[in-house]
Amino acid sequence: MGLPEPLNQQRDTIRDLALEQGLDFFETVFVLVNYRRMCEVASFEGFPKRYPHWRFGMEFERNYKLHGYGLAKIYELVVNNDPCYAYLLEGNSLMEQKMVMAHVYGHCDFFKNNYFFARTNRKMIDTTANHGVRIRRYMDQHGIDVVEQFVDACLSIDNLIDPFAPAARMEDRGDGGLEFNDDPREHQTVPRLKVDKSYMESWINPPEYIAEQRKIKEEKQQEQQRFPEQPERDIMGFLMEFGPLERWQRHILGMLREEALYFTPQRQTKIMNEGWASYWHSKMMTSGLADPDEIIDFAETHSATMATTPGQTNPYKIGLELFRDIEERWDKGQFGEEWNACDDFRQRSNWNRHLGLGREKIFEVRKLHNDVTFIDEFLTPAMIDRLDLYNYRFDPKRGQWIIDSRDPEKVRERLLFQLTNSGQPVVVVEDANYRNRGELLLAHRTDQTGLDKTYAKRTLQNVLTIWQRPVHIRTVDHRGKTIVWSHDGESFGVEKS
Amino acid sequence: MPTESDILNIERDHWRFKEIVKGNIRDNLKEFISNGSILGRRGKDKVSINIPQIDTPRFRYGKKNSGGVGQGSGEPGDSLGGESGEGEGGGKAGQAPGDHELEVDIKINELAEILGEELQLPRIEPKGRKNVTSTKERYNSIRSTGPNSLRHFKRTYKEALRRQVTVGNYNPDNPIVVPIRNDMRFRSWKEEKKPETNAVIIYMMDVSGSMGDEQKEIVRIESFWIDTWLRSQYEGIETRYIIHDAVAREVDRETFFHTRESGGTMISSAYKLASDIISNEYPASDWNIYPFHFSDGDNWSLDDTDVCMALLREHILPSSNIFCYGQVVSAYGSGQFIKDLREHFSKNEQVVLSEIPGRDAIMQSIKDFLGTGK
Repeated sequence: MGLPEPLNQQRDTIRDLALEQGLDFFETVFVLVNYRRMCEVASFEGFPKRYPHWRFGMEFERNYKLHGYGLAKIYELVVNNDPCYAYLLEGNSLMEQKMVMAHVYGHCDFFKNNYFFARTNRKMIDTTANHGVRIRRYMDQHGIDVVEQFVDACLSIDNLIDPFAPAARMEDRGDGGLEFNDDPREHQTVPRLKVDKSYMESWINPPEYIAEQRKIKEEKQQEQQRFPEQPERDIMGFLMEFGPLERWQRHILGMLREEALYFTPQRQTKIMNEGWASYWHSKMMTSGLADPDEIIDFAETHSATMATTPGQTNPYKIGLELFRDIEERWDKGQFGEEWNACDDFRQRSNWNRHLGLGREKIFEVRKLHNDVTFIDEFLTPAMIDRLDLYNYRFDPKRGQWIIDSRDPEKVRERLLFQLTNSGQPVVVVEDANYRNRGELLLAHRTDQTGLDKTYAKRTLQNVLTIWQRPVHIRTVDHRGKTIVWSHDGESFGVEKS
Repeated sequence: MPTESDILNIERDHWRFKEIVKGNIRDNLKEFISNGSILGRRGKDKVSINIPQIDTPRFRYGKKNSGGVGQGSGEPGDSLGGESGEGEGGGKAGQAPGDHELEVDIKINELAEILGEELQLPRIEPKGRKNVTSTKERYNSIRSTGPNSLRHFKRTYKEALRRQVTVGNYNPDNPIVVPIRNDMRFRSWKEEKKPETNAVIIYMMDVSGSMGDEQKEIVRIESFWIDTWLRSQYEGIETRYIIHDAVAREVDRETFFHTRESGGTMISSAYKLASDIISNEYPASDWNIYPFHFSDGDNWSLDDTDVCMALLREHILPSSNIFCYGQVVSAYGSGQFIKDLREHFSKNEQVVLSEIPGRDAIMQSIKDFLGTGK
């Protein structure tokens, strides 16, 4: 199903323009859809076929309602896949479609070239469709409710993966898994040398030898009690491998883990990805792509995507401005030791070494960075000022959210905190044989910031569904003191020792 | 042209989500009814309800971490105004007390359906039929002529700007845009027509000194659910409100629930007013008429009670579908009136009586009133 002719022509033009500018992307397939379809695909996170789950329906309800109230409009949607798929909204003006297509090519270039996407599954459209088929089949076999409940439990921990795990790990985690060895004989018998004639036994395996072997065995067991040997960040993978699961459950956990890993780089590069795409739509539209009579509409639409709301940051805006700033600085040579050492305001303002390295630099940045390193390296105090960034906090006295500070260091620190691990707490498996009873101890790696208790309770409940033994998490309370919360299926609370 | 089918893959998930929401409401219906939080959250054809959260729980930072980075103008100490969004990047966890709840919209019809199923309410067979066609105007388009009061400022200026840029007399350094007549754009409307069958609910309430705030709250909650159910049964519903102490007067909804008078009680005054309204405005042949009366059961005198019975028998009952009397228990009321009604109308199925000792009894009372199927 191709695009209508006028759009088709524009697509070719924009594609050529993008290639000319040095963008490098997978072939991109555009699909024109109506708003209902757009809401559907957006609710499925970009994939036309997903496994059945109510949360997609919830998203759909929200998206469709927001549109109905005129509060939000989904202009475009791009899927990281080879070929890339992009959805265009029917009924948008030709100007809007041009802008969106230019934007899309920016995203596609980013998907293909950014280092953090290098290991993502480029056949994800097929993969998610296969997952759908498989989970539907499990629902037929085991019942919708049973499977849905298990999926709910898995989704509860789908942020507990190792975001930098090489994708290859996925294959390592087979579905065979290790079982805890409950065979009581295992604990008594020690290795003996082979005896052909029974009367030779006491000669070949003298008591001293047996005693020695027993000691070795005990030492080994002691070692094994610490399991996993190193704290494990990939909790989903760990449970998949070692949880007492049935085959179909292991499969589901594995599929959802694969999907979670696929989406991780998109969360890690939100600012960069949107900034990069905005940079390119803006560049192309203002250098000839938009017809003169379209330029005002373009300006309006573009400024709407750059708008900011109090208490929020706009990744499009921050990303775009940073890329432009980097380009300008590297064009003028505003970097390096000499630049850093200079503290004369006038000299800095007029600094221009005519290096012309800007374009090259931004392409390099889009290849090597993620949001955390991008902000860390390129969000200068001058940019924080220009972007009007501030810290806010809740003022309990006034019962209002207030602007706390505009100190660039604090803003930077806070923004980096928000971006680190996508703003989510880092949790690891600490001990899978906790209290020597096969219970699971998770540990929240924290510096003073504790977990939300209600959510921790509900999440632990779901972990328990998978682990099937009591589960615990170590974190800190509001005073910063270490505590352990436990859930044994019936009650939740601070661990009693 | 779109060739894809109109049935979306998401429909199944959407349906499943709505089932979960409805199941949740059904499980907690009694609580929803008793605590009354549903009131005042009502739009034209839907209500928003807070249900216990059904999102997917994940580990997240606690309250101590609330706050974040924002963008825009303002000095340190300035309020951000409104609530800050629960956006990406987390870190803005835990704000309002209702934070662990999910607000969902549910159509009044669906709510009525749940109420109907849970209370096993029979469907009402409308008596009389009148087709009234109502017209409604919706402002949903733009045109180039119209009165100045409907002028679309932004579209007009955009048009002017477009023209000036095209003609070449727009100067970016001195960006003055002057619209001329052809640039003007105006809002425009369409008319929609809709047939209706009608019912009227007449709420009467005793507001004398003995009815306290809690009693009124009970009436308020109960009337909400009665509205909800009857609305699902009829296409057009009108509601009228009468308050009375020693004299009766018709008021609007707001006043109905918030007035407090002192002094005596003459129930007949309300019945008289109700029967006047019915005979003047709602011919029984065309309208389904539902008078509801709530009081604490005190009446001024036996004489007045006799007048009430006569009014009911001769004027109100002949034209109404049913007559419902709800007696809210109060510390001051004697509770006599319901006994009198029982005595006079015990064999008449048209008269439904219900005693409401407290909030928990509201559900049963609704069932008493609406379970008749009339």
